[in-house]
Amino acid sequence: MTQHAATAEAFRTIRPRVRRPRHPLVRFYRRNERMVLSAAGVVLFFAAWQLGSMAGVIDPYFFSSPTAIVAAGAREVQVPRFWNDVKISALELGVGSFAAVIVAVPLGIAIGWYRRISYTFDPWMNFFNALPRVALVPLVVLWAGLGPEMKAVIVFLGGFFSIILPTVEGVRTVERSLLDVSRSFRARERLIFTSLVIPGTLPFIASGMRVAVGRVLAGVIIAEFYAQTSGIGVMVARSAATQQPDRMLFGVLIFTLLGLLLTEVVGSGERYLQRWRPSIDLEEAA
Amino acid sequence: MTGHLALSARGVQMEYRDRGTGKRLLAIESVDLDVPDGAFVSLLGPSGCGKSTFLKIVNGLLLATAGEIKLHRVAKGREDAMVFQDASLFPWYSVLDNVAYGLVCAGVPRKEARVRAAPYIDLVGLQGFADKYPYQLSGGMQQRANLARALAVDAAILLMDEPFAALDAQTREVMQAELLRIWNTARKTVLFVTHQIDEAVYLSDRVVVMAARPGRVVADITIDLPRPRALAVKRTPEFAAYEEQIWRLIQHDRAPSAGEPTP
Repeated sequence: MTQHAATAEAFRTIRPRVRRPRHPLVRFYRRNERMVLSAAGVVLFFAAWQLGSMAGVIDPYFFSSPTAIVAAGAREVQVPRFWNDVKISALELGVGSFAAVIVAVPLGIAIGWYRRISYTFDPWMNFFNALPRVALVPLVVLWAGLGPEMKAVIVFLGGFFSIILPTVEGVRTVERSLLDVSRSFRARERLIFTSLVIPGTLPFIASGMRVAVGRVLAGVIIAEFYAQTSGIGVMVARSAATQQPDRMLFGVLIFTLLGLLLTEVVGSGERYLQRWRPSIDLEEAA
Repeated sequence: MTGHLALSARGVQMEYRDRGTGKRLLAIESVDLDVPDGAFVSLLGPSGCGKSTFLKIVNGLLLATAGEIKLHRVAKGREDAMVFQDASLFPWYSVLDNVAYGLVCAGVPRKEARVRAAPYIDLVGLQGFADKYPYQLSGGMQQRANLARALAVDAAILLMDEPFAALDAQTREVMQAELLRIWNTARKTVLFVTHQIDEAVYLSDRVVVMAARPGRVVADITIDLPRPRALAVKRTPEFAAYEEQIWRLIQHDRAPSAGEPTP
């Protein structure tokens, strides 16, 4: 048998990757591409906004401008009433959200696990889930007045259903084969909850809580708009009414920061409780 | 071996009612089975012959519709422990906590359970993996942990439900040899369910061949191969003869339904 030389026509050659030396700036960009592009997006947006309003393309009367918002913020933080508003809004959010978690998680687990409790509560769950809860605000005012208690109740209603529905779902989808393991080793019911049902439901609870962040913020804003007593929502509403878009948007920014804070609390709790999950590593690698 | 029976089943029957058609379905017609203490007995049969169902009835996960099973009482601990088909490890528990799980279920405080579980991690060859989570383990290693969990409760009889079915061929052979080594050390009675003829012959003192529709025992074959058995025994003529004999039994059972003209 004769050996033929590998000629260009007969073979397609696959060569190793050649690393060409790159400029240090290019290398920096490639390594931090995600961060660089994210930052660029944010900076570009604000720059366009600022330049647009300075050039008169964007009407500052409606849209304000970044510098005006910063200036309004700088004035606000010197006023004690502002800090009082922040404190009240944060308190309403904190108490209402905490209560929602404390009630929704155990109740959701009970409804998901016990057939009879589920049969009993299901009609009410469906009813309240279909009910637009904003419509209950005037009723809650009748019960609880115009103070922070009422707003905490509205926040609670916003968060409660976002958490309880996925919790029930999570319990119902607990891995059958693991339940067989627990039963096979004759685990008592309490151990079945702590070893299987609760850890298995945590991802569902966490995703419910992430949805709940938006709902509780909406709850506190609606309640403060409606009651007009105190809180950042009142500041936003009054600023809008008195044609101060910069001050209004600064208030919106405060709500956004509260939302980010809540998201971070949920996220870090989730990461801590789910160290056993491989997906977290994968997300970071991606 | 102390000479007594570890398990004795008489007339075990399992009937289901099909939810759609309402028809009765006989998963197990009637099974009689005696397993002497210390023996390694395999239940071999095609899917649908009720072999896994029988194991679950022994374990108490299912209740039979007729017949009875006697398990020899033990002074302390459990009579039986199950090794599951899928490793069925709790993903949020470390390997050590998974292996200790059966003990925790038996009411042993978690700390003590961990201490008592640790030697079984070494026994199944998972040294150094006690603190890993299941997703960090290969399929074979997960099955080792699954086995260690059942061994840790120190039950008299191990019920193994096709524990190597999901493994690749090489890993399966390694695990079979490992199981014999562990069985030799731990001196347990084993009731092993499988659909693989070579696996049943290689591992067992006795192979109980089952048939489907309805599930029933068709043969009980004593495997007279010397122990300890190396994997090389699978290439001996005696081994091949057992495989042939069992294969014929299964084929024979299959023939009528395959050749039958549809009415």
